[in-house]
Amino acid sequence: MSILDKHKIIEKNATLLLVFSFLVVTIGGIVEIAPLFYLENTIEKVKGMRPYSPLELTGRDIYVREGCYVCHSQMIRPMRDEVERYGHYSLAAESMYDHPFQWGSKRTGPDLARVGGRYSDAWHVDHLTNPQAVVPESVMPKYGFLKDRMIEPTHIEQRLETDRMVGVPYTDEMIANAAADFKVQVDPFGDTEGLLQRYPGAQVRNFDGAPGISEMDALIAYLQMLGTLVDFSTFQPVASR
Amino acid sequence: MSTQNKKHPDDVETTGHSWDGIEEFNNPLPRWWLWTFYATIVWALIYTIAYPAWPLISQATPGVLGYSTRANVRADIQRFEQMNAPIEAELVKTELTQIPEQPELMNYAVNAGEAVFDTWCAQCHGSGGAGVQASGYPNLLDNAWLWGGTIEEIHYTVSHGVRNETDPDARFSQMPAFGQILEPKQIDQVVQYVRRLSGQEADAALADAGAEVFANNCAACHGADGTGDQLLGAPNLTDAIWLYGGDVPTLTETVTNARFGVMPAWQPRLSEADIRAVATYVHQLGGGQ
Ligand code: HEC
Ligand code: HEC
Ligand code: HEC
Repeated sequence: MSILDKHKIIEKNATLLLVFSFLVVTIGGIVEIAPLFYLENTIEKVKGMRPYSPLELTGRDIYVREGCYVCHSQMIRPMRDEVERYGHYSLAAESMYDHPFQWGSKRTGPDLARVGGRYSDAWHVDHLTNPQAVVPESVMPKYGFLKDRMIEPTHIEQRLETDRMVGVPYTDEMIANAAADFKVQVDPFGDTEGLLQRYPGAQVRNFDGAPGISEMDALIAYLQMLGTLVDFSTFQPVASR
Repeated sequence: MSTQNKKHPDDVETTGHSWDGIEEFNNPLPRWWLWTFYATIVWALIYTIAYPAWPLISQATPGVLGYSTRANVRADIQRFEQMNAPIEAELVKTELTQIPEQPELMNYAVNAGEAVFDTWCAQCHGSGGAGVQASGYPNLLDNAWLWGGTIEEIHYTVSHGVRNETDPDARFSQMPAFGQILEPKQIDQVVQYVRRLSGQEADAALADAGAEVFANNCAACHGADGTGDQLLGAPNLTDAIWLYGGDVPTLTETVTNARFGVMPAWQPRLSEADIRAVATYVHQLGGGQ
């Protein structure tokens, strides 16, 4: 009991109390978090995942900037009602290139993890411009201004490099071609071979139907690829999760 | 009031702390509280043995109960699928046109179809199926059909979608953008002619001239009399039911730049039984042929 009797020392020394409290929290944190980095089944091994194309990544930044995550989650939980409404439950692999992830915990609007391909581009333009025009009951704000904001791939190389620093496997080739890939993804008549080889399954269209590359193009390119990459025939659920 | 604390100070040990002569009792914790506390510790240990918990070298301990959220959701879905399996098999087997003849099957198809519609279709076609006029999302309640209103045609449209890039069998047709083909004057003329066709107020002189423009450029798809062609998804222009609108500016826009209404294919997302159910639901909404 002698060591337990020494608590007086800690109780009387605020700095020491702080140091020990921090130590306890750190150990708790390490035990809970660290294993996720080395356990083999944290991230499922599935085919199809690739880093975002430069245009999709730009769209994603707009999504984050506009705070779409405040009302929309991107995480289909493993429950029957969610799987039947939105599709296959989300895998960890599907957000492994997300910095930051968009799982969210607030659903004023529906989950968007698998919204890709569910609507036409024109619907997204109509809906983002004036949600109430297509869904009269909607409380979603209007984002029509995105169509008027033209964008250039000015800092796109640095943007990809930043993601590479935190672990997204962008290659030198991807970074060198970032600006060209950015532009060609909205040009159905352009030379898209390189883009499609670097980013398999990338959708090439004039997303907003208007000339030039606007923030609307980038955002819709992002929305239309959400949840479409993983080939679920290669997904084997393991027991114990 | 001072009798509230029944214990005499001398009966109880103090902690030995003393602040300005005020001492602190060292009363034991209530037994029930202490035992509950111990019980939670024991429970936590049992819990981590029963359920997935402790991280090891390559995986976490699976837990002796073999619990898995993902296996559970699969079992849950399978349980419901099995419950519906006999009637869904019946639905898939039955000739589409025969479904309304069988009350039990029809009842199931309409109810299941409504659930599918509310989840997947309402955002474009409106929660009641009335569509969104002026945006090109057609009303499914009336008996004007772009691609056909028999249950088979509806089933095909829903399965493959319209003008999408994902399904090679999607319904496809494309009206040319006449801004590049006709003179602005000719466009004004044909617009007035379409106004007359649909029974709206029209400039007589322009409409007369427009009749020829229409016969030369539009009749191939919309028919000589303007009643449309379901093989091409070319709308009937005489019925005053508009996909995009019948006022002069909208008609001018439609003729100048054309339209390209897209609907996704539902085959990749919905089961055959679901597609049949929703086709049956749409068919009985009022306009089915
Ligand atoms: C105030 C909360 C709110 C914000 C912020 C918001 N939304 Fe929504 N969103 C909704 C609601 C509610 C719905 C459902 C009704 C509807 O379809 O409009 C919705 C629906 C959607 C849908 C259709 C989803 C489906 O499966 O039917 C998309 C796509 C969408 N939002 C995208 C966005 C994007 C992109 C942003 C950011 C630019 C955004 N939303 C911001 C509330 C919001
Ligand atoms: C992204 C929006 C969108 C969604 C979601 C959608 N549709 Fe459509 N649908 C359209 C458009 C646009 C057309 C008209 C295409 C055209 O112009 O020919 C259409 C046409 C149709 C038609 C043909 C109508 C006719 O007159 O021939 C049917 C039937 C139909 N949809 C049923 C459905 C059903 C059932 C669902 C849900 C499973 C659904 N749609 C979901 C946009 C949508
Ligand atoms: C190649 C076939 C084709 C030709 C030629 C054609 N159209 Fe069309 N038209 C269509 C189709 C298909 C649609 C439906 C487009 C959609 O659903 O997005 C359509 C839609 C329209 C609409 C919209 C109807 C509504 O309900 O809003 C108008 C108006 C129209 N056409 C007028 C004309 C006129 C006038 C001409 C001749 C100058 C013409 N079209 C020539 C195929 C054609």
